[in-house]
Amino acid sequence: MTEVTVSIKNRAGIHARPAALIVQTASKFASNVWLEKGTDRINAKSIMGIITLGASFGTPIRILAEGKDEEAAAAAIQALFEARFEED
Amino acid sequence: MPDEKKFTVLDLLDLDLKEQNALNLRCIGGRKGLSREITTPDINRPGLALSGFYESHAWNRLQLFGRGENAFLKMLEEAGKTDNLEKLFSYPMPCCIFTHNLSPGKSFFSAAEAADCPVLQTDLPSSEFSSRVLRILGDIFAPQTTIHGVLVEVYGIGILLIGDSGVGKSETALELIERGHRLVADDVVDIRCVNGSILMGQGANKVIGHHMEIRGLGIINITHLFGVGAIRDKKQIQLVCGLEEWDSSKVYDRIGTEELTTEILGVRVAKLEIPVKPGRNIPIIIETAAMNERLKKMGYHSAKEFNQNVLRWLESENARALYFNRDDYL
Repeated sequence: MTEVTVSIKNRAGIHARPAALIVQTASKFASNVWLEKGTDRINAKSIMGIITLGASFGTPIRILAEGKDEEAAAAAIQALFEARFEED
Repeated sequence: MPDEKKFTVLDLLDLDLKEQNALNLRCIGGRKGLSREITTPDINRPGLALSGFYESHAWNRLQLFGRGENAFLKMLEEAGKTDNLEKLFSYPMPCCIFTHNLSPGKSFFSAAEAADCPVLQTDLPSSEFSSRVLRILGDIFAPQTTIHGVLVEVYGIGILLIGDSGVGKSETALELIERGHRLVADDVVDIRCVNGSILMGQGANKVIGHHMEIRGLGIINITHLFGVGAIRDKKQIQLVCGLEEWDSSKVYDRIGTEELTTEILGVRVAKLEIPVKPGRNIPIIIETAAMNERLKKMGYHSAKEFNQNVLRWLESENARALYFNRDDYL
């Protein structure tokens, strides 16, 4: 299990477009990927799940990945957060 | 809700409840204490405590003052006995609630203000208020979990579809809706264990409501597309269907006499494993599973009944063969 904590750096938070980006990225990997906000854990390969998290600007999010390519998966999703989902 | 986030008295006042669920609470004193946490979903009538008996006093529950307690408070106030009140408020109670729109005397308010203990009032009678508040708190404090899946209601049976992403849960649900069944929640299903045995499922988020994500289409609004008849807010989970890619090395149930179950929040629910492969019409299989489940609930078990008929027939054949003393009967 690989675990990375990031915070949301784009002003708008995770709305539909960033959610789609996360799902597209997560789906490229065979590992199971989850996002955690507080106690809520959702599957990072599900758009509605990610939007349901209601993650706004500044919220800390934990990325969890488990599987044979877990490190690459977690790093790829972390990169999306760092790049502010190509927004702002 | 209670695990990470605290459930406070203010949250109780803010609950959005309708008609026969409404608690009609308002705060009449001790506002500073509204952030006090409610830790147990229970109430206490503080009659004994008021009279000065504090053994096994359940101070951590909501304190409910009805006509009797209020009359006793009046009597105390008239007699000028305020030590009892001081002692009562020395316990960090979550709040005091007065029913029948009763309000206590001045000394009670000043003691409550001094202790920062919120005083609430409702127009409901005590018995009605207690049954409502116990039911509502029971729901809030019920064990809870979130599952990645789709919850649909098919022929009145609540079916939770689970499986890896991309296996076709949402597509199956869409076809079921199209065939006149109802969507409860897509993707993220919040499950609460009510009364220790009922699994109540609902969508995790009101804002997102009854939307679905279908690959190739994007996000669609089920209420607008299919009408309010196609949705439902919550539903008891009675059957779990696990969808999975057809695995030719795996043995799937071919008869259906063995009943699989799965455990959610400690409650056993019937489970089916349904292999998915192109050309298999999953929605129709789910529909049939729902009807079969209803038959089982009515006491008719298709697979078992069928097997019993076969056994009976074999027995009669044997008997006939024996009777005619022939080994090669037929």
